[in-house]
Amino acid sequence: MPAEKQITAEELAKGQREISISEFFVKNKHLLGFDNPRKALLTTIKEAVDNSLDACEEARIVPEILVEIKTISEDRFKVIVEDNGPGIVKEQIPNIFAKLLYGSKFHRLRCSRGQQGIGISASSMYGQLTTGKPSIIRSKANPKKKAHYFELNIDTKSNQPKILKDEEIDWPEKKTGTRVEIELAAKYQKGNQSVDQYLKQTAIVNPHLSLVYINPEGVKTDFPRATTELPKEPKEIKPHPYGVELGILIKMLHDTKSKTLHHFLQNDFCRVSAKVAKEICDKALLDSSARPERIATHEAENLYKAINQTKIMAPPTNCVTPIGEELIVKGLKKEVDAEFYTAVTRSPSVYRGNPFIVEAGLAYGGSLPSDELVKVYRFANRVPLLYQLSACATTKSIATTSWRNYGLSQSKGALPAGPVVILVHIASVWVPFTSESKEAIAHYPEIIKEIKLALQEVGRKLGSHIRKNVKAKQQKERANLFEKYIPEVSSSLSKLSGEKKYIIQECLEKKLKKELPILLGDINKKDEKGTTKG
Amino acid sequence: MKKAQQKDNPEGELEKLGKDIVSQIKAMKNPEITIPVRALSNVEFNKKTKTLQLGNKEGKRSFFNVGHTKKFLQTVEVASISKNLLNEGKHASLRDVFYMAKRTIPGTKVNVVDEQVESDAVVEDLELISDLSREQLNINANKNGSVAGRVVIEDKGDTIDWSKLGSGGWSVPSNVEDITFKKVNAKYVLYMEKAAVWENLHEHKFWDQHNCIILSSQGQTTRGIRRLLQRLYQEHNLPIYVLADYDCYGFYIYSVIKFGSINLAHISEKMAIPGVKFLGITSSDIEKYDLKKHFIKLQEHDLKRLKQISEYTWFRDNKHWQTEFKRMKEYGSKAEIQALSSRGISFMNNVYLPEKIKNKDFLD
Repeated sequence: MPAEKQITAEELAKGQREISISEFFVKNKHLLGFDNPRKALLTTIKEAVDNSLDACEEARIVPEILVEIKTISEDRFKVIVEDNGPGIVKEQIPNIFAKLLYGSKFHRLRCSRGQQGIGISASSMYGQLTTGKPSIIRSKANPKKKAHYFELNIDTKSNQPKILKDEEIDWPEKKTGTRVEIELAAKYQKGNQSVDQYLKQTAIVNPHLSLVYINPEGVKTDFPRATTELPKEPKEIKPHPYGVELGILIKMLHDTKSKTLHHFLQNDFCRVSAKVAKEICDKALLDSSARPERIATHEAENLYKAINQTKIMAPPTNCVTPIGEELIVKGLKKEVDAEFYTAVTRSPSVYRGNPFIVEAGLAYGGSLPSDELVKVYRFANRVPLLYQLSACATTKSIATTSWRNYGLSQSKGALPAGPVVILVHIASVWVPFTSESKEAIAHYPEIIKEIKLALQEVGRKLGSHIRKNVKAKQQKERANLFEKYIPEVSSSLSKLSGEKKYIIQECLEKKLKKELPILLGDINKKDEKGTTKG
Repeated sequence: MKKAQQKDNPEGELEKLGKDIVSQIKAMKNPEITIPVRALSNVEFNKKTKTLQLGNKEGKRSFFNVGHTKKFLQTVEVASISKNLLNEGKHASLRDVFYMAKRTIPGTKVNVVDEQVESDAVVEDLELISDLSREQLNINANKNGSVAGRVVIEDKGDTIDWSKLGSGGWSVPSNVEDITFKKVNAKYVLYMEKAAVWENLHEHKFWDQHNCIILSSQGQTTRGIRRLLQRLYQEHNLPIYVLADYDCYGFYIYSVIKFGSINLAHISEKMAIPGVKFLGITSSDIEKYDLKKHFIKLQEHDLKRLKQISEYTWFRDNKHWQTEFKRMKEYGSKAEIQALSSRGISFMNNVYLPEKIKNKDFLD
């Protein structure tokens, strides 16, 4: 036996201590979208804009947002996002902006952009860790009162806000609204995964948004709105039994206010009637009048199995709000210069107890480059997804759809090529992402099936447009062909027959003009039968 | 066709063709030209004359039809070129006609003709449309082929002795209508598809030793040569023997000389020589002279062509030829004339040819 020193549990315990959330964050920045300086800039703006949009829509205000990036030094920028939202009450400001995992969105199931409540405070922390500068917030919730001005830091050990400044100020130009300023180490770069691209795509799927963007070079871009109609207010729903995992079920059993298991099932879930609740209890061999918090773990496991063995009606789907075909087309027209636009909104569907809707849009031709792969714009609850294209269910669905039938070229298993922008939007109370940074949609068969159906529908419309286009082009070419040949034939015939060239040419031209449509119609018919071969 | 030789005003014929098209145009019709179809589907084998003849199927070539427009232009263009030649009393070769027609149509990237095969085909079409032969249209083929033998002819005032023309022999012009035979001293004519074989025989003065005429062209037999063969056959009663490769193309060369070709079925009467015999190489030669070791394997396209040829009406009922085709299929191989050289350079001159001719070992 090697004479190695035994380490006791006590000694081990000396090295064991609580990890603060903030420390965890520092070590796991990539999980939240702060992998590198370029992405940090995008994530910060994205979180702030998402919050502004959600807040405006909840308050039924047509959103007007300003995004500005100011260059401090080569690798340091100040991000400013200002909205006309409802504002935030004074007490909540420090918590929202300077406390991780604080928010209203995590605990409910409804269609909203943010889901975890990590977002904007993570950006504050990132800024603070990389520049030492506090986040500056001003918010006005009441048009008749003054605005609040805060300078905030996060206590990285206790995950509590540290208020550096708390003042009341005048903000006369705003009725209500919020302005966030965060300084951070970052990198500004144009291209596919840039802030510019994110804002452009945001403008497409939020046609009610009026956005002004000033980039670090001081160039101002206006994204005007295409409609003043706000999206329908999403309804909140209770979880559907099929969508709940065992751990969450146990937690719900523990936290419920219901006094009996029967009530718990009926009240805390949707689509569970008294009859269904009884059936579940019977199958799980549990007393329906048992107190939920007394259910042991192995019993919860039986309950979980029983739920999945019981037939339960699909969840209501009116809680999911699509953008709508008309507005997708409007959004695309606004930001993509093309000749043909189409969109489709599928009927709601369900995966694992979560209702969702898939929408697809497509723009074709115009100034889009025709010798490249199609551009894919992916959205989850109206939020553009810019990273992890290849890991996304959307990409897989596009690549496994046969676009050749619709007039595009495509290598096997790859994205098609052509002057096309394909837009895919998934709206759901709970969009399944492949990771916490919310960049790619998980490969659920139900979701892929819906995406493919939506793509096929827009594909068919594209196909018929391209065919019509090709036919029109061919006809024009044919008319053109005859025009070019007439002088030649006239000259040869003139030599052959002795007739004057211009007389022959005039007759042929007259004939062409008069009967072109008939001649072309004839040809088309013959072509179909394949009999024009001389 | 039948009337071809009788038409004595070719220029007028072409002008008539032009006037007819122009009158269609003036009547605001879609102008069209009627052309008999030149394809196997419109070729009949006349059992009486034993020649291929063109059927009655006609096609229309119209201007306002995308599929025809270019051909229509080519046709009137070549017709006007020919009319001009006739008018000026000049001749042009097929190659010349190609260059005369070739130009880019303004405003397009399209040439009136891109390759000579296109204008060549149109010349053949024009023969059918106008009922005039190519010679009457003042268009000549390129000359191609050599002849040697104890023959004296007169051509354009020159007297030419085919036995005194050195190693090259007399090169056969594309038009042999105007030559006259002054003296023909031969027992038969030996035609071969390969110039190299001809050179070999000529070097050994085969024609002198065996009192015959030797004649060759490179590959397909040209019209000039076919017409020369026909004249020797008809005017001097000389038997004609064909020496070709043991393959489908060799067989077809024989078929064209004997029955006429599918492409030029309209002039079979002026070309076909029903009395021609196939001397070799035959499958019995392969066995007799032990040529199997020089076999070349048949390719996919060879087999396809073999099947086609064996189904031609004029071969279908011929027992000997069907056996020949069957054997080739069994061998799965073909052989060249030059395979005979493996038996010694003079084997062909001294053994093979004399034996075959003496024994009348031919395929008919």
